[in-house]
Amino acid sequence: MSNIGKAFQNGKAFIGFVTGGDPSLEKSEEFIFEMIRAGADLIEIGAPFSDPIAEGPVIQRANLRALAAGVTTDKLFELAARVRRQSDIPLVFLTYLNPVLHYGYEAYFQKCQTIGLDGIIIPDLPFEEQEEVRAVSVRCSVDLISLVAPTSESRIAKIAKNAAGFVYIVSSMGVTGIRGEITTDLNAILAAVRSASDIPAAVGFGVSTPEQAAHIARIADGVIVGSAIVKIIEEYGERAGEHLFAYVQKMKEAISQA
Amino acid sequence: MRAGRFGDYGGQYVPETLMNEIIRLEEAYHFYQSDTAFQEELSGLLREYAGRPSLLYYAARMTESLGGAKVYLKREDLNHTGSHKINNVLGQALLAKHIGKTRLIAETGAGQHGVAVATAAALLGMECEIFMGKEDTERQSLNVYRMELLGAKVHAVTSGSMTLKDAVNETMREWTGRTHDTHYVLGSVMGPHPFPTIVRDFQSVIGKEARSQILEREGRLPAAVLACVGGGSNAMGLFYPFIPDASVRLIGCEAAGHGIETKQHAATIAKGEAGVFHGMKSYFCQDENGQIAPVYSISAGLDYPGIGPEHAYLHDTGRAEYVPVTDAEAVSAFEFLAKTEGIICAIESAHAIVHACVLAPRLGKDENIIVCLSGRGDKDVAAIARYRGVNVHE
Repeated sequence: MSNIGKAFQNGKAFIGFVTGGDPSLEKSEEFIFEMIRAGADLIEIGAPFSDPIAEGPVIQRANLRALAAGVTTDKLFELAARVRRQSDIPLVFLTYLNPVLHYGYEAYFQKCQTIGLDGIIIPDLPFEEQEEVRAVSVRCSVDLISLVAPTSESRIAKIAKNAAGFVYIVSSMGVTGIRGEITTDLNAILAAVRSASDIPAAVGFGVSTPEQAAHIARIADGVIVGSAIVKIIEEYGERAGEHLFAYVQKMKEAISQA
Repeated sequence: MRAGRFGDYGGQYVPETLMNEIIRLEEAYHFYQSDTAFQEELSGLLREYAGRPSLLYYAARMTESLGGAKVYLKREDLNHTGSHKINNVLGQALLAKHIGKTRLIAETGAGQHGVAVATAAALLGMECEIFMGKEDTERQSLNVYRMELLGAKVHAVTSGSMTLKDAVNETMREWTGRTHDTHYVLGSVMGPHPFPTIVRDFQSVIGKEARSQILEREGRLPAAVLACVGGGSNAMGLFYPFIPDASVRLIGCEAAGHGIETKQHAATIAKGEAGVFHGMKSYFCQDENGQIAPVYSISAGLDYPGIGPEHAYLHDTGRAEYVPVTDAEAVSAFEFLAKTEGIICAIESAHAIVHACVLAPRLGKDENIIVCLSGRGDKDVAAIARYRGVNVHE
């Protein structure tokens, strides 16, 4: 089992997302530690990209803020390395494929391994195209985390069978962003994942309230929250730390009681 | 070669949410490709509604003025809606209707593709929403109104650089949210498989007609065929039927904006690198961190940081050549064609005219070349006037 498995060992996992470098690398580091202190089980760091086609407006704006702050691939690695030096929490990157390809697959994954990054989520690299990075990700012990969507249907079995780390279940159609309600039949998707694999399954996209989190925690192994966290950072900027702590603590509590 | 790959280029780099949708599209496309009723319906529309075949026009005064090879213009500007875009749009809209979709969405740069999609939606009784960069809605406000007249809803995209690439981003996001009744009519030979193949096939009518027309007129193949390249659909449509004819040079003219030595260009082959974006592996203008670079061209239709994957492959294998053409050169060619032939072409197409003017004098008078006049230039008149410092009121 990879380090990512640890996130799911003590009950249901809370997975928190920040865009690396929003509003600055120093602040991202601080925010990550606030989330860890509040009980987050796994941290997802988003690599800013000029054209994040799977993101809604909240994370799009965070990407622009981070790029304007001068975040580069190497600076993002430095951020991850600083977090890793102080914590053994499971740590994954979310990045679009082009910055990885441009860095060089071999160099990128080796760097992840050196730092101690546990996994990578690439939203524009579906199952059929994973072949080009699968070997290097295995060699460097970086889990290539696969996504399953409401439209995946018969694809779920092969995706889950070949998945590493955890399966990221996309709760809803469309892009990331806060949603009032989630109408997808998550039970059916989870059943399909579980009949194909023992890998943990976490649900993300649209989750913002403790009620939603508790509902998902009753059926899935983990809850992923992105836009709601990034929105707090957008609202409070450099002073977001204490608000993030309070929010994550509240969400973690809801999940633990589920 | 894997399906949907052109060498290493192409592929399906899209969010999982869209995968089953594009797989179903590929299956449906293969089915209707050999369905006689569908093909007859499409040829009927192309003939009766779009006005095909388009003319292959011998530009006698242009030829005389250049003093070399005979110049022929493939008049896609004379199609209904004024550009080659209608060829692909009628094909995709008909396909969408056959697979039960009721709503079409599309990106547009200059507005030609958006107008074509809005037109097809009106014709086939489908809903239509067009995504257009806010900057382009201002550059091409007449086309926005035109689309609205046709019953489409036009969204001004305010993310990113507010141009064509951002319009594609936003259309993809929209499609990710709603596939059950909606087809994304991609406007060029780009995006995830099967789009580059579908669009190429629907646009190949340009090259097929041109090839038989030139053989009939001249009794020989052209020395070269030329077309402008943004994503590259009119070029791919013209090139494709000539690929097996090894003696025919295939020349794509990409937008060099203020010059490829500046940062204000959209010359993907000259200045881009291999990458993955908008669902495909191809060449893209990008920075040292793999961020997609802002691009620039006077032509909204060529103002795109990538190029279709089959063009990337034709470039790498040396089968096709790609040359950069600046704004200044394109504007001069736009004016030259108006004065010598009485044809006001799209500023996009004027990029290809530039290189025809370079090439024709170097060839013998017994030879001929074909330039794709991809669209008409009514939409550009105001911009050209502004470029020349003339204040016109639309």
